[in-house]
Amino acid sequence: MAGASIPARITMPAEARRGEIIEIRVLVRHAMDRAIDAPGLTPVPRKIIHTLRVTYDGAEILHMDLSPGIAANPYVAFTTVATTTGEVVFEWLEDGGAVYERRQMLTVT
Amino acid sequence: MRRLVVLGLALAASAIPALAGEVRAPASLLSPDLRALQDDPSRHPGWLWVDGGEALWREAPRSGRPSCQSCHGPIDGMRGVAARYPAVASDGALLNLETRIERCRTDNQQAPAFGYESEALLSLTAAIALRSRGLPVAVETDGAAAPHVEAGRRFYETRQGQLNLSCGQCHDENVGRRLRGDVISSGVGTGYPAYRLEWNTLGSLHRRLRACSLGVRATQLPYGAYDYVALELYLAARARGLPVESPGIRR
Repeated sequence: MAGASIPARITMPAEARRGEIIEIRVLVRHAMDRAIDAPGLTPVPRKIIHTLRVTYDGAEILHMDLSPGIAANPYVAFTTVATTTGEVVFEWLEDGGAVYERRQMLTVT
Repeated sequence: MRRLVVLGLALAASAIPALAGEVRAPASLLSPDLRALQDDPSRHPGWLWVDGGEALWREAPRSGRPSCQSCHGPIDGMRGVAARYPAVASDGALLNLETRIERCRTDNQQAPAFGYESEALLSLTAAIALRSRGLPVAVETDGAAAPHVEAGRRFYETRQGQLNLSCGQCHDENVGRRLRGDVISSGVGTGYPAYRLEWNTLGSLHRRLRACSLGVRATQLPYGAYDYVALELYLAARARGLPVESPGIRR
């Protein structure tokens, strides 16, 4: 199942040498609405990105659970080791079942 | 000699009140962390809006009229434009960058207005303003603009609201001192549209001015109100020569 697109900025090198540690920065545009329910307020259901999953050449390299306390437009940076030329797939799972996806190629020499 | 060194250290400290009449660049009042964030497109959330604005620039409206790019060429040609706004249009109206874009959209593209503070208008404004990043503010202040600068100055100097404060009582007399855990700025709009951490989103200078009005418990004027546009021009006149920081990071 292919994910819908989402405004995101992914910063990572297009190519790396085998064994090199690369940094990947992921900034995504999302309101991260935490649930609001109190007397006198219009109730707002919780709607956050609850999971960020990143796979590299088919293997999961990051699985992160996000909580309602995280600010809008969450930013995540992490590192991984360049092993083989392959696709890095970013998946954001949203409350309500929506899945967003972005792909980026990493060429390893 | 030693006295000179001590003086140098005192001037380097960021939390000293500004000298009277000195207008400081907002970036100089940001914490080192936030300054680094403001200069880093890989982490600055404002760039999410810039991306959207650049896409809108190339996109033809549904009216069948040309896209921004069809008339103006690539968006990089907008270099220096934001540094010249607000400006007086040929019909005598004072326009800031937002209302200038809106006018282009309704008159030339014959498409429905985006609406002030809409995501689309904020995105386009940010993408265009980015092309002037680092350039000195260079608004026109004489000729047709002079009466508007004067109107802005009057608004700036008039005490307002339940707290009976004029803008300058904070933004001239107490620059660099702290208020509500933040540092009082010189009150120049060079970073707008800015990503304000309090908002968790990008917002226009008028949104910030409305927050100022609320802060002194004065009447909040609507977005695009003449008084705010004139004030925006006066603030830009105060900021002449300071670099444009849009899209900025503000607390």
